[in-house]
Amino acid sequence: MTGPILSVHGLKVHFDIRVGGILAGRYQPLKAVDGVSFELQPGETLGIVGESGCGKSTLGRAVLQLIPPTDGKVVWLGEDLAHLNAEALRAKRQEMQIIFQDPLASLNPRMTIGEIISEPLRTFEPGIGKAAMKARVKDMMAKVGLLPQMINRYPHEFSGGQCQRIGIARAMVLGPKLIICDEPVSALDVSIQAQIINLLMRLQQEFGLSLLFISHDLSVVRHISHRIMVLYLGKIMEIADRASIYAAPRHPYTRALISAVPIPDPDKERNKRRVVLQGDLPSPMAPPSGCVFRTRCPKASELCAKETPPLEEDGSGDSHLIACHHWRE
Amino acid sequence: MAATTNGTGARVLEVTDLDTRFSTPDGEVHAVNSVSFGIDEGESVGVVGESGSGKTQIFLSIMGLLAKNGGASGSVRYRGQEILGLPARELNKIRGVTMSMIFQDPMTSLNPFLRISKQMTEVLVEHKGMTEDQARARGIELLDRVGIPGAKARFDLYPHEFSGGMRQRVMIAMALLCEPDLLIADEPTTALDVTIQAQILELMADLKRDFRTAIIMITHDLGVVAGLCDRVMVMYAGRVVEKGAVRDIYYRPQHPYSLGLLSSMPRLDQAGATQLNTIPGQPPNLQALPEGCAYQDRCPFVFDACRIDEPGLHRIEAGREKACHLEALPDRRAGAPDASSEAASSQTAVQEGQP
Repeated sequence: MTGPILSVHGLKVHFDIRVGGILAGRYQPLKAVDGVSFELQPGETLGIVGESGCGKSTLGRAVLQLIPPTDGKVVWLGEDLAHLNAEALRAKRQEMQIIFQDPLASLNPRMTIGEIISEPLRTFEPGIGKAAMKARVKDMMAKVGLLPQMINRYPHEFSGGQCQRIGIARAMVLGPKLIICDEPVSALDVSIQAQIINLLMRLQQEFGLSLLFISHDLSVVRHISHRIMVLYLGKIMEIADRASIYAAPRHPYTRALISAVPIPDPDKERNKRRVVLQGDLPSPMAPPSGCVFRTRCPKASELCAKETPPLEEDGSGDSHLIACHHWRE
Repeated sequence: MAATTNGTGARVLEVTDLDTRFSTPDGEVHAVNSVSFGIDEGESVGVVGESGSGKTQIFLSIMGLLAKNGGASGSVRYRGQEILGLPARELNKIRGVTMSMIFQDPMTSLNPFLRISKQMTEVLVEHKGMTEDQARARGIELLDRVGIPGAKARFDLYPHEFSGGMRQRVMIAMALLCEPDLLIADEPTTALDVTIQAQILELMADLKRDFRTAIIMITHDLGVVAGLCDRVMVMYAGRVVEKGAVRDIYYRPQHPYSLGLLSSMPRLDQAGATQLNTIPGQPPNLQALPEGCAYQDRCPFVFDACRIDEPGLHRIEAGREKACHLEALPDRRAGAPDASSEAASSQTAVQEGQP
């Protein structure tokens, strides 16, 4: 490999939230993403998991600079995106695309499928002739499993799975190097979900894409990802290869998450050891001191309240990183 | 279809030949077609299927909650008493009292303008003739029981002041107010995070064990059913295609659709293969069902008979029924034809997009 396609250093996204009365109100930061660093290799899929409110979608959008990061660096092929002006940034966006959770809501109902998929071409390649554009669109439609003669139809004529294929075609038409997938299969039925996952994996192989795959579904993430990052209240709890994180999860939060996923096998499901977490995610406006997970952690000690555990190697040499004072126990 | 359960034998609900239809401007839609099943005390039954398979409509029919253009026929007996078609006044003596239903989205089921205390005590005063003080004590007791910390302090809050998981617990507490012996849960954990889902499922397992509450779990998540349910009913296009004991169906599915569902789920306990098995195509339009079996266009085992006759639900072994013309499916691990997965699926998607 030639080095990472994307590297993110200490990325922070803080939103200022107004609290208190109209007159006496003041602003308080909500730390949606708080010091996240990782690298993504060409052709690699990094899965990002965590509960709702953990900052996984914000992280995806901040990488694309759709939400300006408060601090930190996003280095794309050696260039820091934060230093680019709007125009230079737009040029970079050809290489980075995103697909969304709600397939129908992310398509303009008044545009035909052809117009939707060709919009990126019209923006970035204005010189392209009509015929060439149409050929590119039809070619892409075929690649994602849509019949090219449906080019003049409108989104409402398609099912959820097909709309997601349209969203994927729009993201793919410029030949990007990275696609951020924000819960792309959560709104789909089980049988359709499998079709879309297979499609994404096939496109990745064919075009050497890198994927940031954001999902709350640990089974889907396990299937599609090479490496997996576990987020909690905007911080990385654990990041490691798929095999090592599922076979030997080190962080108590990762363990609890994995053990909470129901397995469609009655004997395994009834006999497995469960770590049931108590309570809910704390408010991100008032995160716990020290380790943010300590309020729900079965291993929490005094140390956890005082000091934030650093993200450190587990010593196995395969870059399995954990942020926990007690993972060795 | 009645017999063989591991309950005590005291039948709580018996549904026979339930049909549900909706009249729409485009003609009649048959959402539920001759569905029959029963459930005993202390038992739990899973109802699985994709969106539009009719799984929710069965229970809205039973509860008398169908939309205005809908109508149900057949028989629904609650402890021997026929309840289908009862006037609302009569039905209100049963629903919410001995038979409760909880829904996927707790926020739309709770009144945002009323305090939780008001919403919980009203039922008790109305149905059980309790005084306001007794009702308050009972409401707080139940919130405590479903694991809401500081129940007393939170009793007078409004729904928006609770988190999603807490609201679902409040819903469950409300459903339990009158100690129902049948709890119908419609995707109760779909909107929740896995850690919260685990808490809610644990709570439901407790209810089943401690109070012998009969539980019907409607869900698309086969994992949820595997952990909680004794029996399962698989729905497709408004029909039951297979039903039986959970272990039998999960380890030896006999209907191609059950097999397809089970093998298309990515699983946490299995390393990712390069490709998932898929069910090609998409669920059918209920208003334009093909002649014969509703599953024929997606079925890898389809043969001539499937295109002519609709297979009826028939007994294949003790406590096990399926609606399929095939005698038996090959062993699950031996592998069904995987329809060369992606290629086939996109092919069918393409075909179905045609006018």
